[in-house]
Amino acid sequence: MSRLRPDLAVIAEHVAPGSRVLDIGCGDGELLANLRDERRCNPHGMEIEPENVADCVAKGLSVIQGDADADLVFYPDASFDYAILSQTLQTTRRPDRVLEELLRIGRRAFVSFPNFAHWRVRLSLLWNGRMPVTRLLPVAWYETPNIHHLTISDFQALLVERGVKVEEAWFLSGDRRTSAAAANFRAEHAVFLISR
Amino acid sequence: MATTQVLAGRSMVLPQPLPLDSGQALAPVTVAYETYGELAPDRANAVLVFHALTGDQYVASTHPITGKPGWWERMIGPGKPIDTDRFHVICANVIGGCMGSTGPASPADDGQPYGMRFPVITIRDMVRAQVALLAELGIDRLYAAVGGSMGGMQALSLAAHWPQLTDRLLLVACTAQMGAQNIAFQEVGRQSIMADPNWQGGAYYGTGKAPDAGLAVARMAAHITYLSEASLTEKFGRRLQNRDSKSFGFDADFQIESYLRYQGISFISRFDANSYLYITRAMSYFDLAEEHSGRLADAFAGTTARFCVVSFDTDWLYPTEQSRRLVHALSAAGAAVSFVELSAPYGHDSFLLDVPALDRVVTGFLAW
Repeated sequence: MSRLRPDLAVIAEHVAPGSRVLDIGCGDGELLANLRDERRCNPHGMEIEPENVADCVAKGLSVIQGDADADLVFYPDASFDYAILSQTLQTTRRPDRVLEELLRIGRRAFVSFPNFAHWRVRLSLLWNGRMPVTRLLPVAWYETPNIHHLTISDFQALLVERGVKVEEAWFLSGDRRTSAAAANFRAEHAVFLISR
Repeated sequence: MATTQVLAGRSMVLPQPLPLDSGQALAPVTVAYETYGELAPDRANAVLVFHALTGDQYVASTHPITGKPGWWERMIGPGKPIDTDRFHVICANVIGGCMGSTGPASPADDGQPYGMRFPVITIRDMVRAQVALLAELGIDRLYAAVGGSMGGMQALSLAAHWPQLTDRLLLVACTAQMGAQNIAFQEVGRQSIMADPNWQGGAYYGTGKAPDAGLAVARMAAHITYLSEASLTEKFGRRLQNRDSKSFGFDADFQIESYLRYQGISFISRFDANSYLYITRAMSYFDLAEEHSGRLADAFAGTTARFCVVSFDTDWLYPTEQSRRLVHALSAAGAAVSFVELSAPYGHDSFLLDVPALDRVVTGFLAW
């Protein structure tokens, strides 16, 4: 079993065994396969790239080619125990609507995203006056799929505005967890478990 | 005529009359079929492949009339995606067909061919006959049911009406509901056959005349719908056929004209015009939602099978949107479903042609 990406490891660790799970933007199905094999979950996925979907099918996973912005509306209410959106929120056209859909489809939702307010990003912008290209944001502004950069504080504000409850949150710097204190400055990456 | 030949191959006479959706019953019913690969002692490795409109049971073996390779030999065989070293593959000719299963050319009670006295059948009737065949073969559960185009519709009908029969369904370039455009093209084909004076109200058997011209035109028109503009342009463009300049006449000046004429003429050697009428009728009647009070998701309520749906980006006959509608219904029914739209240049025919990504999906889906 290959090691999961750090944010996926956090999610995998906190999904209740035997759950029904939808991973939106599931890539090649790394997390779904782990949830099936290690936690006996009933995993489903949505992924935009056909090549990735083919990889998922080859792993025996149930994955639908689709677009988080357009295709979540077709899932019935509360049809999953967890809806997962890892590293995808910032690539959607309307992150707020996608968030609403997540909480409609899943009883609870995991959302992970890179924190645009990490000190290295801030420093890079302050120092160079150019859009940062960092380890977690490795692509230049004109070709990045990340069209809605956000910070941990932005996300928390949106949750408050929409009346969404934070059940738990984890903050990562590299492969290590960091404390919630000054997370918006110190964390490269955040994982939230949220519900209505 | 294909219909009057004695065909090599296996067939089974069903022990009971076959009830039809029209309310009638068909008897006796012969189902012609072929198998590939050994049936495992536990009988758990059977894969039923449903054929498309003009296909037949010779899915992976030489066609007895044309001498050409089986229509899906690139997919089915030893070491291939549907691996006959592992699976026992069964493919049966649909009822209404003309390759050995009971159809309009078969004798009715009076010993004369049915012709237009053959009852109108549905996709579900075709499946019912094959389910009866499986029972006769002692197979009560399939590892997988597989079909492209009309074959996919049969597989869907199986999933909806015999949900306990298969663990996996692979549905390629198909739909749960024939759309208006498809119904329209098929009506053109049928009218072409029926406008041919040699059709004689369908009673042409034994007269020495058959609606070959009508059937060939039907095939030509349909063949265009199986391709894409890009593939036609790439393969033929405006190139002329064996000549340097236009003839200023109505010969097949263009390569595409010659190609279509060839497709039409070679088709009549292996297909019966009345079968074409009956099978396209069955397709145009196909609407799985209608069979379930208009809610497609209800067709799959409680299913435990795994589904894999594949469409192609250049298929304008069974466009991706129709596959998506099916997939959303399956999701809503809580089914384990995968869906992928593959990129391939060949239009609807992509499912029969060299698309390595399809091989990968089929191999992967059947591995689990």
